[in-house]
Amino acid sequence: MSKKTRSKEDYYLASQWTLMARKLKKHKLAKISLLVLAILYIGALFADVLAPYGLDTFDSLYKDTAPTKIRCVYEGEFVGPYVFKKVKTTDKKTYTVNVYEDTSEYYKIGLFEHGEEYKILGLIRSDIHLFGVKEGSNGGTGAKVFLFGADSLGRDIFSRVLLGSQISLTIPFASAIISFFLGITIGSVSGYFGGAVDMVIQRIIEVIGAVPQIPLWMALSAAIPAGISTIKIYLYITIILSFINWTGMARIVRGKFLSLKNEDYVMAARLAGVSTWKIIWKHLVPGFMSYLIVSLTLGIPGSIVGETSMSYLGLGIKSPATSWGVLLQEASSVTDVATNPHKLIPIIFVTVTVLAYNFLGDGLRDAADPYK
Amino acid sequence: MDTNVNVAENMNSKKPKSTFFEVLKDFFGKDLVRYIIRRVLMFIPTIFLVSILVFFVIQLPPGDYVSAHISALASEGEILTEDEAEAMRAEYGLDKPVIVQYGMWIRDIIWTPTDSQYYRIHHSHHNWKYSFAFGKNVWDVVEERLGITILVTSIIMIFQYAVSIPIAIYSSTHQYSVGDYVFSVIGFLGTAIPNFILAIVLMYLSYKWTGKANVGLFSQDMMVNGIHWYNFGEFLKRLIIPIIVIGTSGTCGIIRSIRAQMLDEIGRQYTLTARAKGVKERKIVMKYCFRAAINPTVSGLGGILSSLFSGSTVTALVLNMQIQGPQLLQALLTQDMYLAGAIVMIQATLVVVGILLSDIALAFLDPRIRYSGGSR
Repeated sequence: MSKKTRSKEDYYLASQWTLMARKLKKHKLAKISLLVLAILYIGALFADVLAPYGLDTFDSLYKDTAPTKIRCVYEGEFVGPYVFKKVKTTDKKTYTVNVYEDTSEYYKIGLFEHGEEYKILGLIRSDIHLFGVKEGSNGGTGAKVFLFGADSLGRDIFSRVLLGSQISLTIPFASAIISFFLGITIGSVSGYFGGAVDMVIQRIIEVIGAVPQIPLWMALSAAIPAGISTIKIYLYITIILSFINWTGMARIVRGKFLSLKNEDYVMAARLAGVSTWKIIWKHLVPGFMSYLIVSLTLGIPGSIVGETSMSYLGLGIKSPATSWGVLLQEASSVTDVATNPHKLIPIIFVTVTVLAYNFLGDGLRDAADPYK
Repeated sequence: MDTNVNVAENMNSKKPKSTFFEVLKDFFGKDLVRYIIRRVLMFIPTIFLVSILVFFVIQLPPGDYVSAHISALASEGEILTEDEAEAMRAEYGLDKPVIVQYGMWIRDIIWTPTDSQYYRIHHSHHNWKYSFAFGKNVWDVVEERLGITILVTSIIMIFQYAVSIPIAIYSSTHQYSVGDYVFSVIGFLGTAIPNFILAIVLMYLSYKWTGKANVGLFSQDMMVNGIHWYNFGEFLKRLIIPIIVIGTSGTCGIIRSIRAQMLDEIGRQYTLTARAKGVKERKIVMKYCFRAAINPTVSGLGGILSSLFSGSTVTALVLNMQIQGPQLLQALLTQDMYLAGAIVMIQATLVVVGILLSDIALAFLDPRIRYSGGSR
């Protein structure tokens, strides 16, 4: 068999998913986005290792400091990356407090340093962090490295961005999955049975769609009782997001069902005595799964921005739990932005994630389109 | 042949226009009119269901206004007894089952009878109940900001269409040009950066460049004298940041939708035919392609209105704009349920009206919809 015919045969025998994957590989922007998302999610998974400090570790000496300068050359000699320590002295005459960098001693930054104890995925106990500050050149301790600066309590923004991503990246994803199943189930019931059931479900979708999203979100978030555990808040917000998001999915599924349910192969299955539930899940849903995944991907960015906005307003995730929205509360006035621009750093992560999901969704849409 | 006969008959029957009843029958016999009537009738159950959803949602927060009020009083040293609390609940009707409360709520909004106490005091048939936190009627509180909210929302909506339609036409006729890419990037960033942060950064920039931080919608002068023509310019100036912030995210969506549709239409056979016939390029784009491409945008009017309310809510909080958003948050946080309910209900009603209007506009634009019933 010649090479050409074999590749042709490959093409004709390839499943829908193989074809999609092939087309997606050609889409550069989508590929890069996938890579970026993979890095972000792996970062969230190993946030405890990557972050030099814990979620609530603070040092009031460092409050509102700009990102720590990392230097390499000390007194004309190359010593590798190091930082200086901040010290505080009180002038005994005027009683003014001076905070300055102590340049008499340098603190090297080392890899795999011991630090605070944590548990990876709540299972493996460890205290090794990817990087940390070593002992000083004269044996001193207590220097800190803040890659993205510190917040108003002196907590490391870099660590908090990483640890916050565990919530900010997973809530939209989890709610997308839930609304995915809700949407398929309700949409398929609506499309398959039609009639009065369809009428009622369509009205419900219309009604939920008619109420402006953020006000609805705010009203629902206000219902989260105060003083409950982080995990519960997490669950509540996921449920709220899915409650609002399933309608779009259900509408797509219904449309597809209306066009597919009278196809011959469905009729054949019905005549052969296949149960309704099995027809829906085995024969109909796989036929338009690719479209659903596309709209699933394109739905996630909205949830990310939504969660961030809600947490920012104090209606979503609340401290001590941390998400990107909570971090941005620090940048809530013009003064904050003017004096501490480093507090805007978390926004880069929000924007990059949203863009990556958008581009990935666009790429998937092109790949799923059989006419392209 | 058959249709010809029908048309001829129609013309004949129109000629005499004998009785009023026949003219009426003729009018309601039209597909367009029948479609509009059907859509308007569907509006009523939708609004009814929206009201149920809204009431259910504002009921959700644990506790009620009375418990919030009691704890507020307690912090001032005044402690209410259990009996007094119950009496207060009974006074506001909060002790009744939720369904009864909903029934009372919706009944009073639709029609408060003339012999009720409310009508005697306020001379209004629509009782939106009492705002506990403001100590006023809900409608009085809502009225303060309803006008300005609608004004701001309309200005932003006009801006969105005025900006996005030319850009979309340009992008589709100059596909893959530098301009096309620039607009795409701006549009993407507009959707990706959360509104509130964009608002703060723009405020900071305007402060840096002009030396003034224009917080809020009104200047001191406007607060005292109201908005007139002489200070309308200042008002618009204060609207620039909200327009950019709230407008960009929606604009991007409209541009992408029109651009995709236009590209579809430009590739069609009829465009090629028109071009071969020697029709001017400008006319092809504006008269043929654009008319076909605008449909999804017209039908999306309700959605755009809804996203404007959403966008303006968060942005208004950051920019301290005197519109409904901050009022809503305040109401939700103080469990002022009737006020929160009224605001969400009014916004949702406006969105449903928007959907209704866009469906009717679409029926004018696209004759096929009148026949198929336009069920979506």
